[in-house]
Amino acid sequence: MENFNQIESDILNKIKNVNDRNSYEKTKTEIFGKKGIITELFKKIGSLDQNERKEYASKLNSLKTKVTEILEAKLVDFDQSEIDKKLKNEKIDVTLPGRAYFSGKIHPVSQVIDEVTSIFSEIGFSVEEGPDVENEYYNFSALNTPENHPARDMHDTFYLDRSKDLLLRTHTSPVQIRTMLKGKPPFKIIAPGRTYRHDSDQTHSPMFHQLEGLHIDKNINMGHLKGCLYYFVKKFFEVEKVKIRFRPSHFPFTEPSAEVDIGYKIQDGKIRIGEGDKWLEILGCGMVHPNVLKNAKVNPKQYQGYAFGVGIDRLAMLKYGINDLRAFFESDIRWLEFYGFDPLDVPTNYRGLSR
Amino acid sequence: MITSLSWLKNHLSTKANLNQVAERLTEIGLEVENIKSSNDNLDNFIICKIIKSQKHPNADKLKLCEVDIGSGNLVKVVCGAQNARDGLFAVYAPPGAVIPKTNMKLKIAKIRGIESHGMLCSGYELQESSDKEGIIELNKKEKNIGDKYFKNTGEKTMDISITPNRPDCLGVRGIARDLSSSGLGQLKKQPPIKINQKFKSPIKVSIKKEKVQGCGIFGSVYIKNVQNKESPDWLKKRIISLGLKPISAIVDATNYVMFDLNRPLHAYDADKINQEIIVRNSKKGESFEALDNKKYSLQDNMCTISDKSGVLGLGGIIGGTRSGTEFSTKNVLLESAYFFPTPIRKTSKTLNIDTDAKYRFERGIDPDSIKLGLELGMCMILDLCGGEASKFSIVGKIKDERKLIDLETEKFSKVIGFSITSVEIKKILSSLGCFIKMSGKKMKVLPPTWRPDLKEDIDLIEELTRIKGYDKVPLINPEKENIKDTLNYKQKLFHFAQRSVASKGYTEAVTWSFTDSKTDTLFSELKREIKLSNPISSDLDVLRSSLYSNLIISAKKNIHRNFEDLMMFEIGPVFKGNKPGEQSTMIGAIKTGKYSRKNWIEKERNFDVFDIKNDALRTLNEIGVDISKISVSNKTKKWYHPGRSGLLALGSPNGPELAYFGEIHPHIIKKLDLRTDNVLGFEIFLDNIPESRKKIREAKPQFVVSDYQKVARDFAFVIDEKYTSSEITKIVKKVDSVLIKDVKVFDVYQGEKIAAGKKSIAFNVILEPKDKTLSEKDIDQISKKIILAVQESTGATLRS
Repeated sequence: MENFNQIESDILNKIKNVNDRNSYEKTKTEIFGKKGIITELFKKIGSLDQNERKEYASKLNSLKTKVTEILEAKLVDFDQSEIDKKLKNEKIDVTLPGRAYFSGKIHPVSQVIDEVTSIFSEIGFSVEEGPDVENEYYNFSALNTPENHPARDMHDTFYLDRSKDLLLRTHTSPVQIRTMLKGKPPFKIIAPGRTYRHDSDQTHSPMFHQLEGLHIDKNINMGHLKGCLYYFVKKFFEVEKVKIRFRPSHFPFTEPSAEVDIGYKIQDGKIRIGEGDKWLEILGCGMVHPNVLKNAKVNPKQYQGYAFGVGIDRLAMLKYGINDLRAFFESDIRWLEFYGFDPLDVPTNYRGLSR
Repeated sequence: MITSLSWLKNHLSTKANLNQVAERLTEIGLEVENIKSSNDNLDNFIICKIIKSQKHPNADKLKLCEVDIGSGNLVKVVCGAQNARDGLFAVYAPPGAVIPKTNMKLKIAKIRGIESHGMLCSGYELQESSDKEGIIELNKKEKNIGDKYFKNTGEKTMDISITPNRPDCLGVRGIARDLSSSGLGQLKKQPPIKINQKFKSPIKVSIKKEKVQGCGIFGSVYIKNVQNKESPDWLKKRIISLGLKPISAIVDATNYVMFDLNRPLHAYDADKINQEIIVRNSKKGESFEALDNKKYSLQDNMCTISDKSGVLGLGGIIGGTRSGTEFSTKNVLLESAYFFPTPIRKTSKTLNIDTDAKYRFERGIDPDSIKLGLELGMCMILDLCGGEASKFSIVGKIKDERKLIDLETEKFSKVIGFSITSVEIKKILSSLGCFIKMSGKKMKVLPPTWRPDLKEDIDLIEELTRIKGYDKVPLINPEKENIKDTLNYKQKLFHFAQRSVASKGYTEAVTWSFTDSKTDTLFSELKREIKLSNPISSDLDVLRSSLYSNLIISAKKNIHRNFEDLMMFEIGPVFKGNKPGEQSTMIGAIKTGKYSRKNWIEKERNFDVFDIKNDALRTLNEIGVDISKISVSNKTKKWYHPGRSGLLALGSPNGPELAYFGEIHPHIIKKLDLRTDNVLGFEIFLDNIPESRKKIREAKPQFVVSDYQKVARDFAFVIDEKYTSSEITKIVKKVDSVLIKDVKVFDVYQGEKIAAGKKSIAFNVILEPKDKTLSEKDIDQISKKIILAVQESTGATLRS
C-alpha cells in the first residue's frame, strides 16, 4: 500500500507554497485535476484486492477531506486579505453629518391633554366633546347662570350675533349639559377643549384650554370629589406627597363649590409642586347644582355628583415650567421645538406619564 | 372688598390676630387675596433731584439722568420723559420697588445698552393722575431729598375676593358675622340710636309705578344746618384704605356706611332739589351730568331720581352734579333706598357705568337695611357736621320673597359625605342669621333678609359645609372601573393622526380659532365669513374656515425671522357656520423652503409636491385608510397651484374627500409677503375617514406561505400625455390582480426624443406566484397580456 503519510506531507508542502489565486488553481489541478495526485490514487481503488481496498479507501478519503479543507481555508484567507486590503482605502470621516431628517414635536397642550386623559382613564372616565360655538342657553342658562346675573361678568364673552345668543363657549361646562341630555346616568366623563374669553394681556389669552369633569351617579358625594382630585393631582405632578387645599368658593352650576389650591415653593428659581407653604389655585369644582341636573333632564332626587374644571394650559405651565401663556399660541418655531414633546412620548400609565 | 382688622373689630370681639383672621376667612370662602401694608412698598418711593440730564447715547427719545437720592448717593437712571431736566425734583423708585399701576417689580436693567438703576415715576404710574407723558414735578427743597414720597398711612388691609353670591360680605359687618359663625369671635350688637328727630322732612318723595320697576323703597332723612368740612383723620384713613379719595365729611360718611354695612347711601344738597323727589323711569333723550363729570344721555326706562326740573341721578348707580353736596352745603337730604338688581344691571351695562353702589345693588342689598342705613348715616353726619335731623320718611314697600326651606339632616351627609347633628345645624344657621322652626324631625329654615343667595336646601348645606370646614369632608379613593371605553373612534383617530403627522417631522402648533378675515378668505369657500361681534382686534375678526390661515400667518412670522425651512401642523376645528356644531375637525400641515439646505452629502432641493403627497398618504395609511383604496387625482382648490396639487379621495376621485395636497398658490405667497417661493401643504378631513367595522386582525386575510420566487419585468410605453401614471398602473394591475403584486413607475420622459403631445413612461411589474414557479413561457404570456391591455385601452406603443 502507498505511504499515505508521505503523500500527505508532499501535498501539504505543495499547498504551503500557494500564495495567490493563480498558484492556488495550479496546485488544485495538481491534486484534484484529471491527472491530479488524489485523482490518480482514487483510480487505483478498482485494482486493489478486497481486504486491502477498505483500508486504502478510508485513508484516501480522509486525506482528501483534509486536503480539501486546507485548500478551502487558503481561499478564505485570500478573500479576507483582499477585503482587508480594500478596507485600508475605505476610511471616511464619520463625523460628517448624515442626510437630512426631520423630527416633529407635539404641542405641550396636546401632551398634557393626553396625560390627563390617561390619568382619568385609569379611574373610569371616558372622553366627551362639545362644540366651540355654543348658544347662550348651554353656556349660561342651563348652567344655572341666568341672564343679568353678576356671575356672567366673570366670563367676558365673544359673541357671534347681535342678539348675543351665539357665542364662543367661555368654559367646557356646556359639555356637561350636552352629555347628560343625550344619555342616561350614570355619567363619568371628562371633556377637554378650547375655551374663549374676551380678555387679552400678559396672563390672559383670548383662547385657552379647559378640562371638564363630571361624575353623576346615585351616591356620589363630596368625598368622592375630593378623592378623585387628590388622585389626579398626585398622578399629574408625579409626586409622592402633595398638599391640597379645598377652599369654599362660588360657581352658579355647583353647590357646594370649591376652589382647589396646591402647595408649592420656589427653589432655585423653579417651582416645586407639593412642598412649601405657598398656595396656588389650580381648579374649580363642586357638587353639581340640582338646577343643572334638572335642566339636563336628570332627576336630582335620584342622582347627584360632582363636576370640576381645570385649566390645561396652566397645568402645562406648572408642570413644565413655562412662564408665558401667550407664547403657547404664537407658534414661534423655536418655542414649539423647545417645549414640544416627541411624538413617540405617548403618556401611558404603564410606561409613565412623562420622561 | 378691602377691610382691616381694626374695622372688623368694630363689629367683632375677637382676640385673633390679622393672620388668623385672614386664614379663617379663606377657609370659609372669603378668600383673602393679599394683605397689604400701605407702607411696605410705598416706602420705597423717594424724593430725588435730577443733577444732570443728557441724551441717551443710543436712543434719541431717551435721557440718561444722574439722580441724587439722598445720603450722598448718586444713581444713573434712564428716563423717557421729555420733562426730565437738570435741577428737577422728582419721585425716584429704586430696583425692587413695585410700580402701583402696573404691579411691575423694578430690576436693574440695561436699556439700550446702558444700565438703569430704578426709574423716575409719572403720576400715572403711581396712580395719582392720568398723566402718562411726563414724570411728576415736585416743588421741594434740597433737604427733602431722600425723604419718603408717600406718607405712612398705617394699618395693614386685607383684600378679600367676594363671590357674586355673597353681597352681604361687601360690608364689613357681613364679614364679621361669618367670622363669628365660624367661631372666631363674637358678633357685636349694633348700639341703639337715640336722636331727637322732631320735624318732618320738607322734601316730599314719591315713587312712580312703572312697568319695569327700578325702585322698591326710598327712605330719606333731612338734616338741616350742617357744617360740611374735611373728614377727621380716622375717617380719611379708612376711606383711603378702601382705595377711595376722601372728599368731604358728608360724602365720606355715606361711603363709610356703604362699606361698613353694605348699605349704599346718597347725600343730596337739599337746597338744590327743586321742590320734591320723584323716583321715576327716564324717557329717551333725557340727560344729566353725573358725579364722574360725564354727561349721560338716557334711554327709556332707566330708574332715575328726579325733581321738578329733571333728572338728578340714576338710582342706585350714580348721583348727579346738580344736587351734589359741597363744603358750602347747609341742608342735606340723605337717601337710603332699595333698587332691584336686574334694572340696575341693565342700565349700568347700557351706559357703561361701574360704581361701588351699582356693584352692590346688582348683587342684592338687604331690603331691611333702609332704616339702619339712615340711622348710621344720620348719626355720622350729625357727629361730624352738626345740624338737626328730621323724622325718617320711608316711601314704598316690597314683598318679602323669602321662603321657608325644608332641610333634612340626612341630606347633608348624603351630599357631603360626613354627618352633622341637628344641634350643630341650628347653631351654625342661626349664627348666620337664619330662623329655624322644628316640626317633628323636620327643620324649616327662614334665611335672613341679607342673604338673597339662600333659596333651597342645597344652599344651606353649602353654608353648613363651609362653616364646618371643607377639611372635614372625607377623602374617598376613586374606583378603578370603566363604564365605557375612554376614547371613541373619532377621538382615537384624532390622537393617532396628531402623532402620525408629528412623526413625519412636522411640529405641532396650536393657534387661535379666530383669524384675520383677509387671510382666511384666501383659503375659504364659505359664502359668508363667520364674524365675531366683538373681536379682540381687527386682525382676529372671524372664526377660521381653514387651518391654513393661522399656519401661514405663523410661517410668515418665522420666515421673517430667517427660519425659512419649516414643517408645522395643527389639528383642530375649522368652522362652517356660526351655529353650534357647524365645525369640522381637520389637520392642516405646511412645509416651506428646502429639504436639504447646505448639506455636503446631497444636492440642495426644494420640498416638492411628492414630499407633501407622501406625508399625506402615509398619514392616511397610518390612521387606518387602505392605500389601495385611495384615489389620487388632480382635483384641487383655489388656494393651491392649479397644476401642482391634487386630491386624495376614497374609492374614486368623486368619493369622500380625504385630503388635498400641493403647492400653495403663488399669488397667495406673493400677496401675503411670505418671502419664500416654496410653500406646500396638505389638509386632511378627519371627519371623512370612515370607521372600519372590523378590527385590523379581523379584516386581514389568512397569510399564505409561498416558496416561489418573485419575478420582475420592466415595460416602457410611449403614450398620449393626457394619461396619468395612475391610470396606466391601474390598467396593468387589472390584468391579473392576484399575480401582479406591484407596479412601480421608474421613469417618465417628455421631450425631444418623443413626439409632441406624448410621453414615455416606464414601469416595473412585480409578479408573485402563489402556486408554482413561473416559467419563461408564463412570464411571456403575462407580459403580452400587459402590453395588449395598455395598448388597447390607451393606444400606447411599446417603446423600443
